[in-house]
Amino acid sequence: MTPELFRFAAPQAFFPIAGKLIPWFSVLAGVLALAGLYVAFFVAPTDHQQGEAYRIIFIHVPAAWMSMFLYVVMAGWAGLGLALNTRLSGMMASALAPTGAMFTFVALWSGALWGKPTWGAYWVWDARLTSELLLLFLYLGFIALKGAIPDPLRADRAGAILALVGVVNVPIIYFSVQWWNTLHQGASVSLTRAPSMAVPMLLGMLLMALAAWMYSIATALARVRAIILERERDAEWLRLQRAAA
Amino acid sequence: MSEFFAMGGYAFYVWGSYGVAALCIALEIWSLRK
Repeated sequence: MTPELFRFAAPQAFFPIAGKLIPWFSVLAGVLALAGLYVAFFVAPTDHQQGEAYRIIFIHVPAAWMSMFLYVVMAGWAGLGLALNTRLSGMMASALAPTGAMFTFVALWSGALWGKPTWGAYWVWDARLTSELLLLFLYLGFIALKGAIPDPLRADRAGAILALVGVVNVPIIYFSVQWWNTLHQGASVSLTRAPSMAVPMLLGMLLMALAAWMYSIATALARVRAIILERERDAEWLRLQRAAA
Repeated sequence: MSEFFAMGGYAFYVWGSYGVAALCIALEIWSLRK
């Protein structure tokens, strides 16, 4: 990293750039989601075992991937803030948490609605499902803890500890299907071997996953801007920017 | 058309998943815009 890049760790440098990037990521998210939904509903064939119910995976799998990935990114920002005392890091962690919690909820909800027709039960206390539920509580705990501490810098530090301790849950979720005898199936897509599904199904899932990425970036940037406005409301640079606008 | 929405008898599960996901996304965007 060059010092030039470090400049954007300051909220006043990041604020306008985030504003310029949001429309791009929003449009990308919309286009990718439309393409993904088209493939999911009109191109991908009917599954010979699960019938049409399997089409739930096009929302379930990307949401579940995103729920884990966003937690790791959130914990990374939180840890960076704890180590370097940079103002923006704690704000980034706060900005990611609601989107992560939303994707976790969607993964659990769509999973339940997939489980009923496929397994015969909305919910079982299987290692994968239980650890994903724990992830939702970690997100909600992180948001609640930060909200309960009025001083933002102390809230950032307390939240960072919780986020870093909780990150151990992410590999537990990911490997739960290998470590325990779970009802939840193993991974169909992995980096180390060819995916065990038809190409249009894979394409639909990857398009939806990319849409989820772009959506998460856009919402995190929009939220971090709101947080910057709130926390830096008395800062000179914001006063100047408001006067100029 | 109605065959598409029937989802081979799994309409409640398929549209229940996508509907709630769409609602969550709409709520999040709404909360960020206000």
